[in-house]
Amino acid sequence: MSDLNVLKPKDLKSDQEVRWCPGCGDYAILNSVQKTLAGMGIPKENMVMVSGIGCSSRFPYYMDTYGFHSIHGRANAIATGVKSANPDLSVWIITGDGDGLSIGGNHMIHSLRRNVDLKIILFNNRIYGLTKGQYSPTTPIGTRTKTSPVGSVDRPFNPIQLALGAGASFVARTIDTKPKHMASVLEAAAAHKGSAFVEVLQNCVIFNDGAWDQWTSKANRDENTVELVDGQPMIYGKDKDKGISFDSCHANTVSADEASVWTLEHNSPVPAFVASQLDHMPGLPIPIGVMRANDEPVYDEDVHAQIAQEIEKNGKGTLKDIIYAGDTWVVK
Amino acid sequence: MTKEVIRQEDVVIRFAGDSGDGMQITGGQFSDSTAKVGNDLATFPDYPSEIRAPAGTRAGVSGFQIHFSASDIYTPGDAPDVLVAMNPAALIVNYKDLKQGGTIIANTGSFTERDLAKAKLDSNPLEDGTLDGYRVVPVDINQRVLEILKDSELSKKAILRCKNFYTLGMMYWLYSRPLESTITWLDSKFASKPEIADANKKALQAGFNLAETLELFQGRFRVDACRDLEPGTYRNIIGNEAIAVGLATGAELAGLKPLLGSYPITPATDILQYLSAMKNFDVVTLQMEDEIAGICSAIGGSYAGRLGITTTSGPGMALKTEALGLAVITELPLVIVNVQRAGPSTGLPTKVEQSDLLQSIFGRNGEAPIPVIACATPGDAFECTVEACRIAVEFMTPVILLSDNYIANGTEPWKLPIIEDLPKINTYIAKEGEEYLPYKRDERLVRKWAAPGVKGLEHRIGGLEKDERGGVSHDPENHELMSHLREDKIMGIRETIPTPQPTGDENSKLLIISWGSPYGAIRSATEQMNLEGSNITHLHLRHLWPMPHGLQEIFEKYDRIVIPEMNLGQLRKVLTMCYPSIKFESYTKIQGKPFTAYQLKARFAEILEEM
Repeated sequence: MSDLNVLKPKDLKSDQEVRWCPGCGDYAILNSVQKTLAGMGIPKENMVMVSGIGCSSRFPYYMDTYGFHSIHGRANAIATGVKSANPDLSVWIITGDGDGLSIGGNHMIHSLRRNVDLKIILFNNRIYGLTKGQYSPTTPIGTRTKTSPVGSVDRPFNPIQLALGAGASFVARTIDTKPKHMASVLEAAAAHKGSAFVEVLQNCVIFNDGAWDQWTSKANRDENTVELVDGQPMIYGKDKDKGISFDSCHANTVSADEASVWTLEHNSPVPAFVASQLDHMPGLPIPIGVMRANDEPVYDEDVHAQIAQEIEKNGKGTLKDIIYAGDTWVVK
Repeated sequence: MTKEVIRQEDVVIRFAGDSGDGMQITGGQFSDSTAKVGNDLATFPDYPSEIRAPAGTRAGVSGFQIHFSASDIYTPGDAPDVLVAMNPAALIVNYKDLKQGGTIIANTGSFTERDLAKAKLDSNPLEDGTLDGYRVVPVDINQRVLEILKDSELSKKAILRCKNFYTLGMMYWLYSRPLESTITWLDSKFASKPEIADANKKALQAGFNLAETLELFQGRFRVDACRDLEPGTYRNIIGNEAIAVGLATGAELAGLKPLLGSYPITPATDILQYLSAMKNFDVVTLQMEDEIAGICSAIGGSYAGRLGITTTSGPGMALKTEALGLAVITELPLVIVNVQRAGPSTGLPTKVEQSDLLQSIFGRNGEAPIPVIACATPGDAFECTVEACRIAVEFMTPVILLSDNYIANGTEPWKLPIIEDLPKINTYIAKEGEEYLPYKRDERLVRKWAAPGVKGLEHRIGGLEKDERGGVSHDPENHELMSHLREDKIMGIRETIPTPQPTGDENSKLLIISWGSPYGAIRSATEQMNLEGSNITHLHLRHLWPMPHGLQEIFEKYDRIVIPEMNLGQLRKVLTMCYPSIKFESYTKIQGKPFTAYQLKARFAEILEEM
């Protein structure tokens, strides 16, 4: 066997000192990505990490793979070029709620719409961290930040719904405090062909500490999150006694034995959308897990399929073909 | 009846009509047939920014000018000899440009009261004395076409659409051009709609016959094949296509595959379209969601080992600015084509200007040097594009190639290069097994390129300042060193570019400098004046940043140096900065229209008078 299978998480650690704040949720994500990628059988030289600007975007420096730390909001556009130039690469985008949904929102929706084979990890901490604490496009209304001293009046995005609305073929959510869950979601994303959008609920210890505690702390998460597992009933609660049932586009809480079965066996984004509505229903748990995974035409594959088809049809073009094209005449 | 054939040295014709009248196709067909006859030629279309402005109005007039000659020419001509006016608006917008005593062929079928009202005319200019001093040839083309095609099953509207080919037929007779190439074109263009091909062919032949039979014209004209064209194989090339072909050629000469990331913008869109049709050349074209994504995907493509290219025009260039800085600091090859148009902001989107020079040289945050090259003519655009690819790849740098709307849509006969004679472009690519430091440089200060997929060369690049090893560095001395290295690398390109050679002789005291598309008008003006006994030198600059060696020595020889530019004097500002001991003068025009040789001659004559 080749050495692909013996890649260890430490093989993916670069020599750069990791400089996130102590206690930052990013550490857990870095470890999980290194663990997942090491086990995927992808040659290290084919891994490319692309990021924009923000705390999360320092990520490529900490991976001993190919990496491109680009400019604010543009990782998806750059990664689209990388993947379209060489579809053999495994291209990962590391972004945040500001980078990916605000300044880079346009590139985000268009790369999802095209279904470029990119794995997108969006670290959502609901705050601008690197600029030291301003509200972001996922900050809840009423939040006091340095630029909203009496509370934000900006209505936030729901990243899952944005991705679904943009036509993403794979949409998932995980949380920084559940490493096993995160690993399973990242594995599913890596295995998906096409754009995979993964929202990670991540804590910023300095500027927005505890923003997700209600859902992600050990004490709360069993009661306030429901894990969606393909083919399994949607059950939650410390004692696994509660369930979620879908009833004509509404999600309701019911007893565990009345819970609907969550399934990915359909190409409609509607069930995922219904599940994501739980985010907006106080008192109900928020969903985590793979919310959509559907096979759809993959952009970069199709770009190269067309090239191959044209070469097959017309023969490989030569300089003579393009320069001596059209009506030519000879002057003696 | 045989009519007299009058030999002419050169002719300028302008076709003008409503933007729905097919004037661009008419002009294009006339150009192709003219190229076949062996004339030298230059063309320029002039069309409104609205796709279909209200029919019949002055705003909706679309024009196409062609200059063809038995000797070398460099411009689409100043004043037309012949104006073809398909309606009153086209007539009134264009007739003043005509030569004194020039010929106007007017389609009287479109000179009804209503047509005159749409053109905001109180009386008919064909009858009210407006055109005194011109030779007017009135033809009711509408009526003629309806008669010829009365048995056709096409609707009246569709039949009237054939009137441009009827007009073309008349012009083919008048200037002794063959019909064959247009007939072949119609057959292939309307292969799936033979009834339309047939109707247009009938109209073409009928127009030709009418001109031959009737006493509309005193005689017909002949312009002999050009004596001055060098031996070789030629094709008629439009500027935007020359750039597309140049990009594919440059990539191939470097052994690379191109990746174009772009967003449609007038007048650069055609380059994206041409390259999108070259898929069997293994060209990846990505029509991205915006200008920023266009350049960013190209940078991603370069990072992954293709030759990244992006194409745009002024407003798009402004949007790409931040990403240009990223390409500078990551030192990746990238070709940025800016087909300039009149600005600022949206400006005059279909009109010509060369006012993005300062933006190209200086328009970035930080110390971010980028080489700048400008093309002069459609044929020159090919060479300049290959040169831009060479510098991008050999120096691992973004390069800005400036074209403009005049070159983009103009055509001229292009002498095709011998493929085997095109020089190869060297790449500096790291190989598996070598120790790779991303910012280690060779003696030219160029770093090596290592695309993902090669084992052992894993590394990180990005917008943050780096040290030689590719690690992020906030060290003050390192930043100063890297800033100097990036600057010195770009200045080092001068060692690989020739000093441009001025025309003219030793005794000349007046130097005219051109850059970009005014080249043609300036060359025409200076050559004509020198034939008439003046002594003027012309120097054309292709490389605008860095400037080639040897210019100071050239400049010192002249008493006066004048730079005609379609802006407010941008090259003058750059040259004044680079050569502070020399006095440069501007002659500017910023009307969205190119210089004419005529106006340049008048200005140069004034200057000579003053000297």
